[in-house]
Amino acid sequence: MKNVMGIINIMENEDFLMELSYHRPVAAVPFGGRYRMIDFVLSNMVNSGIQNVGILVQNSYRALMDHLGRGKEWDLDRKRDGLFFLPPDQYNGQGIYRWDLRHFYTHLDYINYSRHKYVLISGSNMLCNINYQEAFEFHQAMNADITLIYKDMESIRDNLPQSSFIDIAEDGRIFGLEISPTKINSFKMSMEMCLMKKSLLVDLINCCYSRGECDLIRDGFIKNLHRLRVYGFPYQGYLATIDNIQSYYKHSMDLLKPEIWRKLFFEQGLIYTKPKDGAPTKYNEGARVSNALIANDCIIDGFVENSIIFRGVKIGRGAHVKDSIIMQKCDIQEDAVIESVIADKEVIVTKVKHLKGEKHYPLVIKKRTII
Amino acid sequence: MQRKECVAMLLAGGQGSRLGVLTKKLAKPAVPFGGRYRIIDFTLSNCNNSGFDTVGVLTQYQPLALNTYIGIGSHWDLDRKNGGVTVLPPFVKEMGGEWYKGTANAIYQNIEFVDQYKPKYILILSGDHIYKMDYSLMLDFHKEKQADATIAVIEVPWQEASGFGIMNTAKDARIVEFEEKPKVPRSNLASMGVYIFNWELLKAYLEEDERNPRSSNDFGKNIIPLMLEAGQRMFAYPFKGYWRDVGTIESLWQANMDLLLENPKLDLNDQKWRIYSVTPHQPPQYVAPSARVNCSLINEGCMVFGNVYHSILFPGVDIGKGSTIRESVILSNVKIGKNVIVERAIVGVETIIEDNCHIGCKENSCPEDCSRITVVEGNIIVPTGSFIKKDCQLVGKAG
Repeated sequence: MKNVMGIINIMENEDFLMELSYHRPVAAVPFGGRYRMIDFVLSNMVNSGIQNVGILVQNSYRALMDHLGRGKEWDLDRKRDGLFFLPPDQYNGQGIYRWDLRHFYTHLDYINYSRHKYVLISGSNMLCNINYQEAFEFHQAMNADITLIYKDMESIRDNLPQSSFIDIAEDGRIFGLEISPTKINSFKMSMEMCLMKKSLLVDLINCCYSRGECDLIRDGFIKNLHRLRVYGFPYQGYLATIDNIQSYYKHSMDLLKPEIWRKLFFEQGLIYTKPKDGAPTKYNEGARVSNALIANDCIIDGFVENSIIFRGVKIGRGAHVKDSIIMQKCDIQEDAVIESVIADKEVIVTKVKHLKGEKHYPLVIKKRTII
Repeated sequence: MQRKECVAMLLAGGQGSRLGVLTKKLAKPAVPFGGRYRIIDFTLSNCNNSGFDTVGVLTQYQPLALNTYIGIGSHWDLDRKNGGVTVLPPFVKEMGGEWYKGTANAIYQNIEFVDQYKPKYILILSGDHIYKMDYSLMLDFHKEKQADATIAVIEVPWQEASGFGIMNTAKDARIVEFEEKPKVPRSNLASMGVYIFNWELLKAYLEEDERNPRSSNDFGKNIIPLMLEAGQRMFAYPFKGYWRDVGTIESLWQANMDLLLENPKLDLNDQKWRIYSVTPHQPPQYVAPSARVNCSLINEGCMVFGNVYHSILFPGVDIGKGSTIRESVILSNVKIGKNVIVERAIVGVETIIEDNCHIGCKENSCPEDCSRITVVEGNIIVPTGSFIKKDCQLVGKAG
């Protein structure tokens, strides 16, 4: 896929992960013990052979730049191509939302300048382990103008208020596309990943922009469904759609099933992330761990049950962590009890404190809180 | 080339034959240690943490793994425009070439490399010890004493002293005598194999040593006695901290076990003195409900369904249900099946141990000498039901 460039579009409503996304873009929200959400799509692109990735970011993207750097860990620190940050146009700051054409229009020269023939656009909150090669071959075989990757959610029937759904003909052609419908008629959910010729994207941007239209999906895709050959490519693997705290929590907990752990982290390729030079995790005498995902650099003296523990966490003697997600550098001190909690980075829970959320409504603790 | 005050030369060509199958295809400094490191990480990290950014690494024996591992040094932040890490293998010159004959000869052959940086001092290190040390403090000491040479020393137990190069010092730490492995040691200050020399002076001695055909071209055996004899100002720099030579299977195993204490002397979690290494991209470790883990170090990418006690698991290790790992070191990507017992063993990389195997011995189940460690070579398959006795080195088929 050397003639495909990737664009990761993280212009999205930033509030849906509540406390976790107030101070960082959703793409930079930690996930799965040592990753950030964006690691998945970025690694997928790189593992598929894409060597040029632009990231459409919005205002508070320092956390993201910090994490990605020059893209070294993804092998994107190249002299030619590589990783590009595409910041928003300052004067167009208001009304930010995902498929806003102005963002694309701002970076039209970047898109035009690259020597790639095709472009793959993706969001960052659909976590999966996919090789885009197959979808790309499908795109070419169907002689499609646009190929949208979708997942059949029939058997899952999650609550998916934020998603778009497609109506698809037997040959794979899409004849209907609905954004966040109130009544779901189809269970084929768009994964917000699409492939097309770069020249078509440039045309759509120019065309819509000059008519004062502003949404790539609505004005570019939906209005042109009759004219363009838009096809749907079904994705069969594991998919975690993160669009609120509940789905974040649920899909995190899914990782405690070894088959899902394997699918998401190994199936088509490894997921890369910024490494930290932490020591291996140390289990001391009193440690008791059951059904947990634990990153490196932790020191465990207490009990951990059905939980995900990020890097550099300390669990004190006699402390009990249950059904929880504990992010980087948290300190759960002696005899503290924590249940159904999502603790953001550097939270300290002092001795003997008890914190309990609900299994379907976990208690979220803000970064650097001391309790 | 920009001038550097001090250049570090790291001797990493050692074969380490006492490590048996572990160094069959690997130079000793590349031997894995401590769950995710290789022995050389400690010296390289010390260099970086001490602010020494110009390091020559002298390799010779089985260099592939080591060279690949070091790369351009970016993992230790030693990928610099000026200086950084340079791998220095032996090479052929106009008049023919030769292997590094000894530690001193290795430096002699690379005089040109050091001279590029016009350093005032040179730091000589060996890549096969486990310790954390701030070399900049040693350099300060060297300057303060206006020394010609400074040798780092550590107090070893008296009964072990006869196994080391022993320094006899005056009150002001000046070295008056050096004895290589003395039968009756008069001091317990052992050389750590860390030296600082004034470069111009050392160069003269290296050249002199090279002219002597009977010399074994070794720092301990030749250069240091020669300098002492000539009355150079040589000082012993006392190091207080954890230091271990991991030259034998037993000492390598013991040094690994030392990390498992509740408050280990060598703290790997110290944020101020990180040990850097090449980091594999592996997801967090999974510990299943059926697992029991105590007093152990476990790495990313591991899946533990069995029991792990007093052991170290490198990245990507799988431990099957019903298996018990005790006082062992399991290297990267080893797969261990169900109902396997591994005791007091070191298991090589990528090896597969199938179900119902029993490897190594347990202290109370065999009354004889149980201090010995079983070693299983890397990249082999141990078939179902195998029983490997203690103190064996299990080797795969030749070739």
